[in-house]
Amino acid sequence: MDKRLPDLASAVAPITDGSVIMIGGFGSSGIPFGLIDALLEQGARGLTVISNNAGAQETGIAKLLKEGRLAKVVCSYPRSPGSIWFERRYEAGEIELEVVPQGTLAERIRAAGAGIGGFLTPTGYGTLLAEGKETRVIDGRGYVMESPLHADFALLRAENGDKWGNLNYHATARNFNPVMACAARHSIAEVRHLSDEPIDPERVVTPGIFVHSVVEYGVRP
Amino acid sequence: MRNLTDTELAARVAQDIPDGSYVNLGIGKPTHVSGYVPEGREVIYHAENGIIGVGPTPAEGEEDLELIDASKRYVTPAPGAAYFEHADSFAMMRGGHIDIAVLGAYQVAQNGDIANWATLDNTFPPAVGGAMDLVVGVPTILVMMRHINRDGSPKLLRECTYPLTGLGVVSRVYTDLAVLDITPAGFKLVELTAGNTLDEVQALTEAKIHT
Repeated sequence: MDKRLPDLASAVAPITDGSVIMIGGFGSSGIPFGLIDALLEQGARGLTVISNNAGAQETGIAKLLKEGRLAKVVCSYPRSPGSIWFERRYEAGEIELEVVPQGTLAERIRAAGAGIGGFLTPTGYGTLLAEGKETRVIDGRGYVMESPLHADFALLRAENGDKWGNLNYHATARNFNPVMACAARHSIAEVRHLSDEPIDPERVVTPGIFVHSVVEYGVRP
Repeated sequence: MRNLTDTELAARVAQDIPDGSYVNLGIGKPTHVSGYVPEGREVIYHAENGIIGVGPTPAEGEEDLELIDASKRYVTPAPGAAYFEHADSFAMMRGGHIDIAVLGAYQVAQNGDIANWATLDNTFPPAVGGAMDLVVGVPTILVMMRHINRDGSPKLLRECTYPLTGLGVVSRVYTDLAVLDITPAGFKLVELTAGNTLDEVQALTEAKIHT
């Protein structure tokens, strides 16, 4: 088995127009900037992106927004310092937004990867974000029924990878990357170091079974 | 009127955080609280993006671009820190493992309702982040904010007018003018910023302040 690919372009080649894509990262940490640039180059449009933020300045997801490639963003915190392209598209009504509480976003992604059909969370109960959703009261406490969030592709950023697709991460660049790896039909990781040697099993954070291709992209933003 | 500065307010909040607490600081003003922990206390800070044991800001030139807190500021790991992924991070928050959260807010109501994620302006994108998870999972929710809006309108209300983040979850509110507890009767005065009178502060508060 060898999941290594020679370059970013071949890694994003399978992505088609209208795909639902999870993109790891929080702020500027753990974002697969190399894969996003390659996706931009590749040209797919009408995409739905699931990610915590909606990009800042003209980097990462903001570039995809600037070039009009996205139809919808699912995220917890689209409004960050410098999120000008999201704000511009949103104000112009050019982008659909689904705001999900961050823990619910992580858990919906986790549920998809773990084969869970839905779950009850107290988060958002009684608020606007629970409107129209099934609710239940258990032992006097209100819960909202949330559904799994699947994707066609996940774009991930990791520190180390091996040819089996095993990954580990650096510091707070881990964030959404491990849960997203499990939830997409096809997960693509850019890694800072791609090794011929297997990663020590004790140091694997994302087992390779969740990862479909790995490509080296040494630059750390 | 005597208004505490943001750093004076952060120092005031820090006084009320006991030794040994696990604490989540919301983005904005609450992040300053970590700089004012009284001598002799060890407080462990959680950042939702995957670190528990958030340490001080790194020296200039020593920043690690992949080591940030929830406000996207560069940080360092404190002794005993750990990194983890998002589902684990929110298990800490929603699962009741964090002791105290300090949040900013647009509005707080006398029954402990908090609104801090969306306004009534439809052109302004809402952004909830981890706030709704914190308010359901963390037993003590402290709010730190200005007493009134820039236009002079009150933020301490009988009922919130903005969409709610959580219902009846706030324990205490720290403003530049006063510290108030949420009680079954409503807002109860804990202290006034020295130099202010209750009448002055009440005039800037929509809800009744009980003494």
